[in-house]
Amino acid sequence: MSALQVERILPTDSEIARPYWEGCRLGELRLQYCASCDQYQFYPRILCSHCGASDLSWRAVSGQAAVSTFTVVRRSVSPAYAAPYVVALVTLDEGPCMMTNIAIDDPQKVSVGAAVKVAFEPWGADYVLPVFCLVD
Amino acid sequence: MWRPAKWWCVLANPGKALRGKVAIAGAADTAVGKLPGRTPMELCVEAALAAIDDAGLDRTDVDGLLTCNAMAQPLMYHAEAMAEYMQIFPRYCLSVGAGGGTTFSILHHAASAIVTGMADVIVVAMADSLRSGLTRDQAMQVQASTGHPQFEQPYGATVPAYYALIAQAHMAQYGTTEEHLAGIAVACRQHASLNPSAQMRDPITVDDVLSSRMIADPLHLLDCSLVSDGGSAIVLCSAERAADLAHDPVYIMGAGEGHSHEHISAARSLTTSAAKEAGQRAFDMAGLTPADMDFAQLYDCFTPTVLVELEDLGFCAKGEGGAFVDSGALLPGGELPLNTHGGLLSHCHPGNPGSMFALTESVWQLRHSAGARQVPNARHALVHAQGGIMSSHTALVLSREAG
Repeated sequence: MSALQVERILPTDSEIARPYWEGCRLGELRLQYCASCDQYQFYPRILCSHCGASDLSWRAVSGQAAVSTFTVVRRSVSPAYAAPYVVALVTLDEGPCMMTNIAIDDPQKVSVGAAVKVAFEPWGADYVLPVFCLVD
Repeated sequence: MWRPAKWWCVLANPGKALRGKVAIAGAADTAVGKLPGRTPMELCVEAALAAIDDAGLDRTDVDGLLTCNAMAQPLMYHAEAMAEYMQIFPRYCLSVGAGGGTTFSILHHAASAIVTGMADVIVVAMADSLRSGLTRDQAMQVQASTGHPQFEQPYGATVPAYYALIAQAHMAQYGTTEEHLAGIAVACRQHASLNPSAQMRDPITVDDVLSSRMIADPLHLLDCSLVSDGGSAIVLCSAERAADLAHDPVYIMGAGEGHSHEHISAARSLTTSAAKEAGQRAFDMAGLTPADMDFAQLYDCFTPTVLVELEDLGFCAKGEGGAFVDSGALLPGGELPLNTHGGLLSHCHPGNPGSMFALTESVWQLRHSAGARQVPNARHALVHAQGGIMSSHTALVLSREAG
């Protein structure tokens, strides 16, 4: 079996995203914040995707979000992923949207609009990824 | 300095330089489905030679060649490799990669190239062998490599899962149902049942779709397109030249593109796509409206794409795609026959070349040579394809009249 089949997919590395991954390791969700237009963005970029400014810094955010849409993957992408699992797009309270997994035993409980909160899950030896859990 | 109001719109207007100036003069498909032992290059060349022959031309007449790469036989310089294989020596030769949107993006470029004199006779040819030619690792790699490598791929979405996200959002926002989505698969299969070359021809019902295996909620197996081998090609030249060739020309009356994102997590909207801009630009150039279209070939890699496209291209109001499907409009004999060859859902889907078969089918429909599945008196058609996850869209208005 190839490595692809036995390990979950790891994020590619980039200098600009290091504060994001460091935050995850510390249990903190961080986003780039633009001081010029007072907005957050995701994924990290060298310009503000709202106003074009480059006055960006990293800030910890609440980790609160709502499910914009989701799917229950019944046929997994590789044996490293145990189906069924939930892939979702969540919209953070601070504005940006991100893809994630919803960590849950019963996927039927997930719905569009549901409130979720970030949790952190080790991913291979070097990474910790943000996933989300339903808020009771 | 004085500037007209909305001067940027004037600058952004592509103009009507293309309208009716370029025509499709030849079209051909290879067999489709499972074609073991045939390389994508062989299929691509076979389709190209048949299309050139259909146009009544010789391969030495070809001075432009546009292709896309094959996943089952990736080549660094695909178009050059094909020209070499055929021993033609074009002055315009390019391989384009825009996913499922490649076909009509290429057509848009090719038509522009003819109008500007980059080439006189352009062959657009594509083929792939996703069914027989991919190793297991290559197939898995294709699945896993969709999405943002840093912020999407690790979460393990499959290709159907990305489209399921669109479907679920549309259902939540507009009350669309799994039955509505299934109706699209049923319509495509009904058309395919009339097409002897379609890969899947046995009629299916909404219940068949809903009882097929769930792949990524709410998409069942029969909401997903086929995996196929096959190749297809067309010959493009000026309208004047086409008038002297073997068949009635099929004119490109409008072309428009829209590009909104690559990654679905960065989409402007989950339920409204850039098909809206693509369609508007194509209809504007053609001077025609959705109501003028006698049939439509819309990109159907998964059923929800069709639903969103029907709305965004203006065939029904936003949110009313489900009701439009229920009306029977998409069926043979309906108000807007959809994917008259059977589409990616039932005719064939060899990956990026998929929409080529919608194009060749449109040519036959507009020549009135589509046999049992002929749309009576078809004059105008809208063809559309998208690449990525509803990311890059191209729409073309094709007509049998240049007027």
